[in-house]
Amino acid sequence: MTTAVLFDNVSRHFGAIRAVDRVNLDIAEGEFFAMLGPSGSGKTTCLRLMAGFEQPTGGHIEIFGETAEGVPPYRRSVNTVFQDYALFPHLSILDNVAYGLMVKGAGREERLKAAEDALAMVKLPGYGARRPGQLSGGQRQRVALARALVNKPKVLLLDEPLGALDLKLREQMQEELKSLQKSLGITFVFVTHDQGEALSMADRIAVFNEGRIQQLGRPEEVYNQPKTRFVADFVGSSNVLSTKLCQRLGVKASFASLRPEAIALAPPSNGALSLAGTIAGQSFLGATNRVVVDVDGARIAVASPAANAVPAIGSPVTISFAARDLHPMEDA
Amino acid sequence: MRSEKSNRAPLSLKIAAAAGLAFMHLPILLIFLYAFTTEEKSYQFPPPGLTTQWFGVAWDRPDVWAALALSVKVASIATATAVVLGTLCAAAVSQTRFFGRETISLLVILPIALPGIITGIALRSAFSMADIPFSFWTIVLGHATFCIVVVYNNAVARFRRISGSLIEASMDLGADGFQTFRYVILPNIGTALLAGGMLAFALSFDEVIVTTFTAGQQSTLPIWMLEELIRPRQRPVTNVVAMIVVVVTFLPILGAYYLTRDGDQIAGVGK
Repeated sequence: MTTAVLFDNVSRHFGAIRAVDRVNLDIAEGEFFAMLGPSGSGKTTCLRLMAGFEQPTGGHIEIFGETAEGVPPYRRSVNTVFQDYALFPHLSILDNVAYGLMVKGAGREERLKAAEDALAMVKLPGYGARRPGQLSGGQRQRVALARALVNKPKVLLLDEPLGALDLKLREQMQEELKSLQKSLGITFVFVTHDQGEALSMADRIAVFNEGRIQQLGRPEEVYNQPKTRFVADFVGSSNVLSTKLCQRLGVKASFASLRPEAIALAPPSNGALSLAGTIAGQSFLGATNRVVVDVDGARIAVASPAANAVPAIGSPVTISFAARDLHPMEDA
Repeated sequence: MRSEKSNRAPLSLKIAAAAGLAFMHLPILLIFLYAFTTEEKSYQFPPPGLTTQWFGVAWDRPDVWAALALSVKVASIATATAVVLGTLCAAAVSQTRFFGRETISLLVILPIALPGIITGIALRSAFSMADIPFSFWTIVLGHATFCIVVVYNNAVARFRRISGSLIEASMDLGADGFQTFRYVILPNIGTALLAGGMLAFALSFDEVIVTTFTAGQQSTLPIWMLEELIRPRQRPVTNVVAMIVVVVTFLPILGAYYLTRDGDQIAGVGK
């Protein structure tokens, strides 16, 4: 498999701030790759390093085998969908989409034809004559996508492209982006702080914190087997069991993660592990109840099916879970 | 919506406002009136008679033409210089962060805050210290110091409204620096530059103080008018020229007003 983007020990420091710190990445051609993390974690800086808006202070970047350091953005075969879309306000939608072809010297007929096709691809046919100011947020998002894709980039970079959209539109765009990526076969690199978005869309996820990759893997791996406490907490709020609890359960690790939905509010059966505690709180989440159980001062969240009755707050309870759902973690 | 009644100003306020406006603008009308007077030695009111002969007299005077040509040339070149330098400076200050940015911003604006006489004296002593003889170019230089300010101020306000990602988007789509300037920056700041340039032209065209210190023996139009007021003969010619100056400076300012009026939409905010 061809490597689309390669980061070899890449750093980007701004003075004393290590925005990106010794990052190693290997994104395969045709992959839908998500960079997930809180704001300031370095994921957007990584995207800007790929686009060429930033230069690394250390390490080596390759895009399809070619060295990327020192190559300006306009000589890279990557295109970006910006967080604020960055549509040119003085140009019509059609001219916006045709911009990349125009500056590369394509003829008027050719580039307008290509721009029309790109608009049709993002389901905005016939919108070419309008101005960006006349479009809704979701429509601008599609125009930004068409404007990038019309250049047939080898890698498409998306910087929190769905952040400004409302929930319904965001879910719809997630599906469309996914199917667009599959049909075009272009490598997508997607920056987001929304773990649900990353889990549902990406082939692989890199979880960032403080300029470093905490974990890189398939969504199931990152979700079920968080390698660090940060990942456990950030990706779907796993329970982190302390050293003391680990010892009591006979787990050889300083910390272990345990997903709320892997825990049952019931006594153990056939070899499952168990802990005794009291009910400390509960909230209704629709399909499940989120029940917080106090185990010797440690608060453990349990996702209990909404159909099951929840004991009253303060009543004693035994929680149980399979040993294989308990994942040892690194200290960090 | 509030009721119309509460938005109405009392009559006394209306009269005061009208009086204020009249106080500012009636003297200008007087200047126009004296351009048509038949009496040429003193400004007698009311004028004993009206004539258009002074337009012909002014037309035939070579010194009027020389002064007008000098003023137009100085204003054009000072404006052109200011547009180039002011834009570059505005781009640097608004699009990048560097040490001393605020200081530079202040230093650029300073010449318009300083009294003209200070700028004039400073330039004059600088020129004589450097042994630069007074010439057309010393006038242009003097005018450029304050012309840059108006261009800079207009350009910097517009640059601030261009989202930085617009420039990045252009580069990302394959445009190099020149193409980005040509296709993205210029269309977004064009009207601001035109407006700034027109104001700069108008400022330069009627500048007196700095010019007296940097012109030597040359006469720009305003300086010619000052000298002319001392002469007892053919005074209405000055008024004719004054009318022309009003028209020449008023039109660009009006143009600048209309060009910047509609610039309220913020460029590049896509949410």
